[in-house]
Amino acid sequence: MSVPGSWYLILAAVLFSLGIIGVLVRRNVIVMFMCIEMMLNAVNLTFVTFSRMLGDVAGQVMVFFVLVVAAAEVVVGLGIIVSIFRRRLGATADDLHILKG
Amino acid sequence: MEPSMFAAAIAKPDLITFVAAALIVLAGAFGVITSRNPVHSALSLVLTMFGIAILFIEQDAQFLAAVQVIVYAGAIVVLFLFVIMLLGVDRREVFGREFLRGQRPLAAVAGVVGLAEVLLLARTTWATGAHAANAPVGNSYNNVQKIAAEVFSAYLLPFEATAVLLVIAVLAAVYLARRVVTANAEEENSEAVQGKAVDR
Repeated sequence: MSVPGSWYLILAAVLFSLGIIGVLVRRNVIVMFMCIEMMLNAVNLTFVTFSRMLGDVAGQVMVFFVLVVAAAEVVVGLGIIVSIFRRRLGATADDLHILKG
Repeated sequence: MEPSMFAAAIAKPDLITFVAAALIVLAGAFGVITSRNPVHSALSLVLTMFGIAILFIEQDAQFLAAVQVIVYAGAIVVLFLFVIMLLGVDRREVFGREFLRGQRPLAAVAGVVGLAEVLLLARTTWATGAHAANAPVGNSYNNVQKIAAEVFSAYLLPFEATAVLLVIAVLAAVYLARRVVTANAEEENSEAVQGKAVDR
């Protein structure tokens, strides 16, 4: 018998919480972005686990769409980070407390 | 419905694979959070992605495991590394320096409370609802066919929307990355601190 799905779900919950802690604790914008990717991966793992547990391939299709959205999000997010950095600010969240253009 | 929670009932190869992949995932996650150097964080992120890919294969999602390695571990992390290298490795983030007093311990506590909440909620009721497509998961030989049949029939409209999304993302990236040389930018340049590269 294979590993029960609840183990996967617990692992995904732990990974998601680590992502939350990372976003809240780190101040480097790029590392915060990586933690968001980690949270997306945790959700993907949950989708695939439920796909197996419920015998429905729709969960895997959802992961496919999440991957596409994550790719687009990373491209735009990193573009924003680069353009912020061009303004001679640091890549730290505390440097972005002035929202003036 | 729920399979036995006792490890003795689980086939040994499955158990070993799961434990090893889980350790890889968690080690990578801790590495992302605790590394002071962003490059090390990015490499730890690769570790996490590979662990997740192993768990995908373990759950008969071979196509997604391949896509995970190609898109996440390949493209996205390389993009992260490119940006880190482009901006210069930023070591100014000192762990001791805090703008909000006590924010970091509180953040860690909030994360642990969130985890406890999720686990508590998961123990009560599982509202899964009706199946979306009633398509059974394929085995190792027809996983790609199953996903393709769903994507190109029931999920055709979302699939085409993702194509639009990707085009928009590319346009946004080009727009954000371009360098505008206007009179305004020239003035800003002349006012900027001397000694920095004049590149805009």
